[in-house]
Amino acid sequence: MNRMPEPVNTNSSGNGSELFETNVTARNRKGVIWRVVFLSSTVVGVIALIVLLLTIINDTFGLAAIEYKVPLNEIAPQGKSIEETTCTEADVILQENVSKNRYRTLQNEKPILERSQTECVQLLIFEIAKPVVKATWSLSESITNEAEIQEFTAQKYPEADLVFRKWISKDFITSSQSDDPLRAGIKTAILGSLWIILIVILVAFPIGISAAIYLEEYASDNAVNRIIQTNINNLAGVPSIIYGMLGLAFFVRVLEPITSGAIFGFSDPTTANGRTIISAGLTLSLLILPVIIINAQEAIKAVPISLREASYGLGATKWQTIWFHVLPNAIPGILTGTILSISRAFGETAPLVVVGAATYITFDPENIFSKFTTMPIQVYQWTARPQDAFRNIAAAAIIVLLFLLLTINATAIYLRNRFSRRLV
Amino acid sequence: MSLSFKIQTANSVEAIDFNPDGVHAIEVKNLNVYYGSFRAVKDVTLGIARQKITAMIGPSGCGKSTVLRSFNRMNDLVAISRTEGQVLFHGKNIYEPDVDPVEVRKRVGMVFQKPNPFPKSIYENVAWGARINGFKGKKSDMDNLVEQSLRRAALWDEVKDKLDQSGLSLSGGQQQRLCIARTIAIVPDIILMDEPCSALDPISTLKIEDLMRELVQDYTIIIVTHNMQQAARVSDYTAFFTLTDNRAGFLMEYGDTTQLFTNPKEQVTEDYITGRFG
Repeated sequence: MNRMPEPVNTNSSGNGSELFETNVTARNRKGVIWRVVFLSSTVVGVIALIVLLLTIINDTFGLAAIEYKVPLNEIAPQGKSIEETTCTEADVILQENVSKNRYRTLQNEKPILERSQTECVQLLIFEIAKPVVKATWSLSESITNEAEIQEFTAQKYPEADLVFRKWISKDFITSSQSDDPLRAGIKTAILGSLWIILIVILVAFPIGISAAIYLEEYASDNAVNRIIQTNINNLAGVPSIIYGMLGLAFFVRVLEPITSGAIFGFSDPTTANGRTIISAGLTLSLLILPVIIINAQEAIKAVPISLREASYGLGATKWQTIWFHVLPNAIPGILTGTILSISRAFGETAPLVVVGAATYITFDPENIFSKFTTMPIQVYQWTARPQDAFRNIAAAAIIVLLFLLLTINATAIYLRNRFSRRLV
Repeated sequence: MSLSFKIQTANSVEAIDFNPDGVHAIEVKNLNVYYGSFRAVKDVTLGIARQKITAMIGPSGCGKSTVLRSFNRMNDLVAISRTEGQVLFHGKNIYEPDVDPVEVRKRVGMVFQKPNPFPKSIYENVAWGARINGFKGKKSDMDNLVEQSLRRAALWDEVKDKLDQSGLSLSGGQQQRLCIARTIAIVPDIILMDEPCSALDPISTLKIEDLMRELVQDYTIIIVTHNMQQAARVSDYTAFFTLTDNRAGFLMEYGDTTQLFTNPKEQVTEDYITGRFG
């Protein structure tokens, strides 16, 4: 950097050079140091994110040693591999190999001849071959130590097949919960999460925005309103488990006749209490309501006063000003806050455990009065199991969770941008 | 130049019983405005001549903007403000409890210091005010209203091909004329201008001043300005405000612009307009 040339004519009182030690180089150096600090922080964040994703992916794919009670090639009809077995053949094989009762149960679930060919093959594998996961390896291990793993499996589980397994698959997303990690799926939890988020959006979004509008635009600055405002600010920081307690005490217990659906005639014997989707949804709505209100208030506050004056100056009423100018200009900000809140609700686990998410359900939620589980809870339960394979499907579930979260966020951001574009 | 839609819409929103009284568009009697316990304006009494331009000048903080904003009850938007005294509009005190400030603002339009067009299209900027005030015309009437208003604001030729573009895409001077156009579109009796040129370059300023001379044939215009040349150039009457020792603004001298600038009665006025203080 070139220094400015010194003025030729320096007299003591003229340019005041003795009053300043401008020292631009040192000042700029300070700026560079801070810049490096900020950049490093960003890099740390990005690295943390990458590590997180890699860890999950690492657990989602990899080798698995699977042992079959009956080898697959012994089940398959003569001259065919098991994948080529037709349903007619499978029907015969099943009748020969499973008990009469089990066969009847299977027929009741869905007549075997009406099932698809893949379903029939799955049936043969799980009913007769009865695979058991003996050991699993992560993706990195599978790639780097393949020879060792093969050797290890051959020694320790001579019966087992070593296969490269994608734990996340179409079957995983479309199957219900199961004791067997090979058959367990996330469908019930996906539906539970979506139902709950739907309730949260329908409840928290309108109430939150309405409250924010009232507090910002109508409430006068008096003691009562200041107390309300302070309380909302504090509620935003209350740990989520406390909301779980509230939900349990109020929605599950006090409002049981309503939240169990009994008074609407939904008296399902398995859900004869308030531990339902509606209770969970309302609890999570309360949880994120303060955050939505505060965010919406900030967004409303950020609408410039000049715009309001312009509107009032043309003879607009207060409501016309709010509806035509304040809200359209605040909506992008409001939506940003709401997106973040809803993401939080989507990933929330603790309050739902307290409210009573089912630990093990195999049937899908049918309405808001059904028992439920959600994806984070499913992940939590799977990681708590002793068998290795559940860790792999937990990782797969996390990928599904992240994917759904990103989809919801992307939709909301798309909507927000469309709102914003209309304004400019 | 008289506008056909003027009569039409003015009749449709006639709600307050205003008694047309003759000379004055607005009469102010003993106006005091307080912000909390601070008295910003002290005992102002003056009459604003109809279809003339009245300029309000004075040093910063002398309350001239506050007086201007009391003419359409804009001060109501400041929660801590309190107004005493009377502002008579067609003989009716607009601060009486039965008067809705919304109706006052429809009759007394306002142009602000910083151009503040809505983040909408140019067309919508002009049409919106008329629409929310219950404009009864059809789409073609609205098109006509928008065109007439933009023409009167001397902006039509510059924007007629891009009415669907954002009002914010215009230059500062154009934006201010757009704001004037949208004020004209609600067919007010009076147009208040709060330092309308302070954010504009000299050429844009000149255009707005020409426009004001044009508009005064139909409207009463009151302008607050820091620019004394502007007041001298454009106004018919000038009100000079200054401060008391406890910073309350009051009306020092009021009269014909030429007379006030060439032969002021008060020494303080002369000091101010000659640049010796303020």
